[in-house]
Amino acid sequence: MRRVLYLAHAEFLHVVRDRATLAQVLVVPVVQLLILSNAATFQIRNTPTTIIDLDRTSTSRGLISRLAATGHFDVREVSSSFEHADDRLLSGATTLVIAIPHDFESSLVRTGAAPIQLSVDATKGSSAGIVQAYAGRVIADYAAELEPARAARGPARIDVRVRSWYNQSMDYRIYMVPGILVALVTIIGTLLTAQNIAREKELGTLEQLNVTPITRTQFIAAKMLPFLVLAVVDLAIGLTVGRLVFGVPILGSLPLLFGVAAVYLVTALGVGLLISTVVETQQQAMFVTFFIISGYLLLSGLFTPIDSMAPWVQVVSQVNPVRHFVMIARAILMKGAGLDEIARPLLVLFASAVIALSVAVRQYSKRAA
Amino acid sequence: MSALRGLLRKEVYHILRDRRTLVVIVMLPVVQVILFGSAIRTDVRHVRLAVVDPGPDHQTIALRHRFAAAGVFTTVAVVARADDLEPLFQSGRAQEAIVFEPGFADDIARGEPARIGVVTDAVEPNTASLLQAYALGVIQSFERDLSRQSRPARSIAIVPQVRLRFNPTRESSHLFVPGLMAFVLTIISSLMTAISLAREKETGTLEALLVSPLRPWQIVVGKVAPYVGIGFVSVLLILAEARLVFGVPLRGSLTLLLAEGLLFILVSLSLGILISSRTASQRVAMLGALVGTMLPNLLLSGFIFPLDSMPTPLRWISNVVPARWFVSIARSIMLKGVGLDYVWRQTLVLAGFTLLLLAASIRSFKARLE
Repeated sequence: MRRVLYLAHAEFLHVVRDRATLAQVLVVPVVQLLILSNAATFQIRNTPTTIIDLDRTSTSRGLISRLAATGHFDVREVSSSFEHADDRLLSGATTLVIAIPHDFESSLVRTGAAPIQLSVDATKGSSAGIVQAYAGRVIADYAAELEPARAARGPARIDVRVRSWYNQSMDYRIYMVPGILVALVTIIGTLLTAQNIAREKELGTLEQLNVTPITRTQFIAAKMLPFLVLAVVDLAIGLTVGRLVFGVPILGSLPLLFGVAAVYLVTALGVGLLISTVVETQQQAMFVTFFIISGYLLLSGLFTPIDSMAPWVQVVSQVNPVRHFVMIARAILMKGAGLDEIARPLLVLFASAVIALSVAVRQYSKRAA
Repeated sequence: MSALRGLLRKEVYHILRDRRTLVVIVMLPVVQVILFGSAIRTDVRHVRLAVVDPGPDHQTIALRHRFAAAGVFTTVAVVARADDLEPLFQSGRAQEAIVFEPGFADDIARGEPARIGVVTDAVEPNTASLLQAYALGVIQSFERDLSRQSRPARSIAIVPQVRLRFNPTRESSHLFVPGLMAFVLTIISSLMTAISLAREKETGTLEALLVSPLRPWQIVVGKVAPYVGIGFVSVLLILAEARLVFGVPLRGSLTLLLAEGLLFILVSLSLGILISSRTASQRVAMLGALVGTMLPNLLLSGFIFPLDSMPTPLRWISNVVPARWFVSIARSIMLKGVGLDYVWRQTLVLAGFTLLLLAASIRSFKARLE
């Protein structure tokens, strides 16, 4: 046990003395959190919009002002030329073109129905569908407002109350922060561990360690401990920033969250260790880690809901520890879930920690390759 | 010139002998295309619905049937009390719930407003607002039919005819392939170059190169040329795979796209050289390259997240991210099928970056000689 602590201490000093790395480890999470949570949003704001108003009546102008008032659309231009609007769409200067036909008002009055054409640039990220849904809702609301029979029909027959649980203000950043924290500790834990041992290999200091009486388990425990602590510190820093800057709720128990994080980190560090046993150089460690982590993160439901993924991807993602930790982190922070609600994913995390650790210990051989 | 050729051959050997890195470099684009093509989606097709129905009557049953018939909703649970919802939502078994109150049909029969609650798990706000819109749509059509039965009234409808230009089925793979090229090219060009130069520094072999008859620019060219080749090959790989597996169209000119790709490779390479000349160890170079190129590339290029929606400072920063311009160019050429007359502005910006970064990196590389 003393040996483990000595080595862990030495390891820790290495990290703390390397100012550049330390600064990166401590500052990067804060910066990332600030940038990521603002950038990583699928929320639609200020969609550049061009309107072709051929009707030019109070009804069509009313619709335009309704669209502009939502904040989702940035009405840059009201034009009357289809060619011009098409050109804007091709050059990427506008994302949405709304064409109001010249008999818009009169046909609404005569028949009660009028078409309106929406052209969305579907190459702009994944936002096309959302832009379309928002525009559709504004248009439907406007139509309801125009309805002359509304007053005559008396009060609504059904009184609908909509409640948004867990995120009343529908703030996308509150959703992203817990996920980003998970990504952060994953990257720090896995990358630093893999790279650390690869460096010892490259420098030849691993051989020196191998000739000491230290056992495999002791070696691995000592290598993991400092990075586990670092990652937990990172999580704490990130949580503080999330709480103070973004007002992320912490409804559940913090000790529970950190406990789960420790279990999860054993998996993340174990994977890093495993990578380090198959690579020779830091460059390789970096690439292999990067390759594996990007797959993990993409399939974790961090950026996009798992429910929307292709069915086979959903099945594959069941064995992804990141997915379960993301789910748990959101459940504890935003929903105030306790041990009962997160029991199943937690079990998966435990299992993966045990597997990752035992495989890593088995794979690591003390002889120099 | 033959010295340069010697250096080139050494670099190629280095890369070819490092099997593991080579495998990752070749696998990376192939796997990423598949992952992005099938994992990153934001549309909602199945909604897990819970129903709270304390006193089922013919109207609540009718409305529940409407939800079932809508196609997107799958009823996962019917409970009697609203308190029973909490565990369903916390464990994620239900995403949305409709909450009836007792005497729903009676209220409707008496002409009083019948109350319904729609509860959504709003942890992910976009999905939540889509779910709310779906549910409201079903309830509104139910209400309209009720009104029609009692008092036929003329309603007003504005019928949106939606055309999704350039990608009518909203295939995510079509969107991601152009961005993915930028991403993979950055990894290969910036990261690999930065690390490979930093390694020569760390092991002290850069000094050996510097005292050789090679000129500084020859060293730089020799170090980066192989990566230009690899980058180019991976662009071809991505394009071929995207075409064969996902049927991603290439509507514009292939030559133009490849030329723009080459330009982007040059930008990324000069960025890699710049990073390595400013750092002392592989670890710092690696993290520097990660933070300096990969993250902005993923986040601020419009690759995954729409730029228009970002706060102004971030949008402003995105202008100095070369990938942003390349993504826009590649999307325009591949999906919109436009030519240089529509992308000349972005091309000019990229060319400007290349000149600037190349000059800066060669300068800082020279400075090391003293």
